[in-house]
Amino acid sequence: MEIVFILEQVLNGLLVGALYLLIALGLSLIFSLGGIVNLAHGAFYALGAYLTVLLAPEIGFGGAFVVGPVLVGLLGLLIERFLLRRFYRGDPILGLLLTFGLAMVAEQTLRMLFGAAPVPFSIPPALRGQVFIGEFIYSRYRLLILAVAVVAVFGLWLLLTRTAFGRVVRAGVQDPDMVAALGISLKPYMSAVVAIAVGLAALAGVMTAPITGVHPAMGAEILTFAFVVVVIGGLGSFWGVVAAAFIVGVVRGLAAYFYPSATEASVYLLMVLVLLLRPRGLFGERIRKFE
Amino acid sequence: MSISRRGLMAASAFGLAAPSISYGQSEVIRIGHLTPRTGFLGPLGEYAVQAATLAAEEINAAGGILGRRLELLMEDSVNPQTGSAKAERFVQRDRVAAIVGEINSATALAIAQVVNREHVLFLNTGANSDALRGSDCQRFMFHVEGQNSMYVKTVGRALMAGGLIRGKRSYALTADYAFGHDLLRVAKRFLAENAGTVAGEDLIPTDLSDFSPFLLKIRQARPDIVLLNLAGAQITNFLKQYSEFGLRFPVAGFGFDTALAWGAGQGNFLGTWPVMWHHQIQAPSAQAFVRAFTAKYNRPPENQAWGDYTAVKLMARAMTETRGTDGMKIVEYFEGEGRMDIAKTREGYFRKRDHQLMQEAYAITALPANEVRNRWDIFRAGAAVPGPNEPLDAIAATAEENACTFR
Repeated sequence: MEIVFILEQVLNGLLVGALYLLIALGLSLIFSLGGIVNLAHGAFYALGAYLTVLLAPEIGFGGAFVVGPVLVGLLGLLIERFLLRRFYRGDPILGLLLTFGLAMVAEQTLRMLFGAAPVPFSIPPALRGQVFIGEFIYSRYRLLILAVAVVAVFGLWLLLTRTAFGRVVRAGVQDPDMVAALGISLKPYMSAVVAIAVGLAALAGVMTAPITGVHPAMGAEILTFAFVVVVIGGLGSFWGVVAAAFIVGVVRGLAAYFYPSATEASVYLLMVLVLLLRPRGLFGERIRKFE
Repeated sequence: MSISRRGLMAASAFGLAAPSISYGQSEVIRIGHLTPRTGFLGPLGEYAVQAATLAAEEINAAGGILGRRLELLMEDSVNPQTGSAKAERFVQRDRVAAIVGEINSATALAIAQVVNREHVLFLNTGANSDALRGSDCQRFMFHVEGQNSMYVKTVGRALMAGGLIRGKRSYALTADYAFGHDLLRVAKRFLAENAGTVAGEDLIPTDLSDFSPFLLKIRQARPDIVLLNLAGAQITNFLKQYSEFGLRFPVAGFGFDTALAWGAGQGNFLGTWPVMWHHQIQAPSAQAFVRAFTAKYNRPPENQAWGDYTAVKLMARAMTETRGTDGMKIVEYFEGEGRMDIAKTREGYFRKRDHQLMQEAYAITALPANEVRNRWDIFRAGAAVPGPNEPLDAIAATAEENACTFR
């Protein structure tokens, strides 16, 4: 009997990991290509959630699901063009300060506009309910999240590996000078990458709005986890981040089962262990420009 | 000459309030307000700040305290370390006559240690731990907020009446910090006294936002009732996800704030919970408060707002009655156990033995989704506890349960 319950926690952990993944992948992409640790990434996630609350009564949850991430992606485009772009080659600390400041401005703006209290929002009636598979019971809505996350991640992988756009981006990660020497400007690619990355974070925000409290600090909450996932997975490694997200989800679930008060701490402990044994993370690549 | 609220908040946020505002000591009375405005208790801190502001405006509109203007200095207490440092700055640099506020039990203890050293009064408006009124009690700290024992006994009566305790198995989820640990201790004592048994109990990290692993555990344990000793944003997240997973076990909380249920969204609020105050109380002073708050902030006040509003009003009353701001005289005034209007049906008083405000409490029960008419009236409130024929201290911890020796 016990094994069924443990299996249940493992599966749940994979589902939770999918959500971390959407945020961690964008974080990893922006860092790999631009060298900027985007501390404002969580703010885009929160923005996605608040946009859902605002848009859903007008255009439905399905509409918000499409429009929210697109709007946030466009905002990302503007922020890349007018702010981030100035810091790619500079001291990394400047990019950190900029994005940290942006995150604080975003959180306080949400607090001023919507208040500190959580904004009510529920799962749309059509998506409520549970799925039963033998002893196993699960939230229908969460399975939907998993499906969306898998499609989004697979789509991103195709974009990065199977298109001309992806080839330039991957070359830019490894050797931006050579890309420039070949006469290709990375600027429009960077804009697109930031828009996609923050759009994915917003997508995660849209999907969590119905199941967790929508409040101004929600971005800061999830960001730490996303960072841990990126660090464990290894910078620059697409599948490393994917693997790390699922591992983090599962470790968290098992900790909740066996030693609940360490549910959150277990994830950081895992990070320490990975860093001790593999300082570049599980699948971290050697990126020349950061050496 | 007047100072705008925003200007005052901006100035105090930069730590410049006292030197830059040139009121003489004799012209204003300053009260320091500390409460968490960010983090998992931030949603409640916002109500606290709004209500304290409203109370101060009403006091000043009515001529101030002893003819002197009341000036509130407001700060985010953040955590026990920061809260303690800010309390010290309030007392030593800004020369506040009293400190009001707080929600986090660990921070409240840190503030209490500062005020006891400085002989300045601290009115706790949101920290529930019994220990603050027991092993950690301080002469200069009084509690407008109810203690954990009062919450447990209030909702406990409703649960006993519903046959959900005696001989039943409960699964408890508890916030993993000072407040939760204290509440779990009180809750287990209540269960033991009333022949309830424990099917499972988990400590939940305060920053946890995904309850799914615990919902699976609860389903596995199949308890007769799920008991929640959670705090802040945890409650909102739990409510949303409990509905999501379609669990049917009855739910009850031993600690609660209405704002967290309002924030969960339509169809997600369920169970029976205790509150020290709610916006449907029909006492004239309660309804006057609801009207003033709603007019100013466009939403009704809840229990946290009531706590800070009442505390500022009680401070003003004590200063008026003692003709000054002397900390020791105010302590003695409150220890006189005089009856005071606290925006409830019955008047309340501070119990001399542990400085706890003796007062009515209420168990509220979530309305079924089809009976909810608006965003705010999502529950049905039970009658005030203790009942009209009982002594007011009937739900408070007894001296045996929670002994206090003032230092």
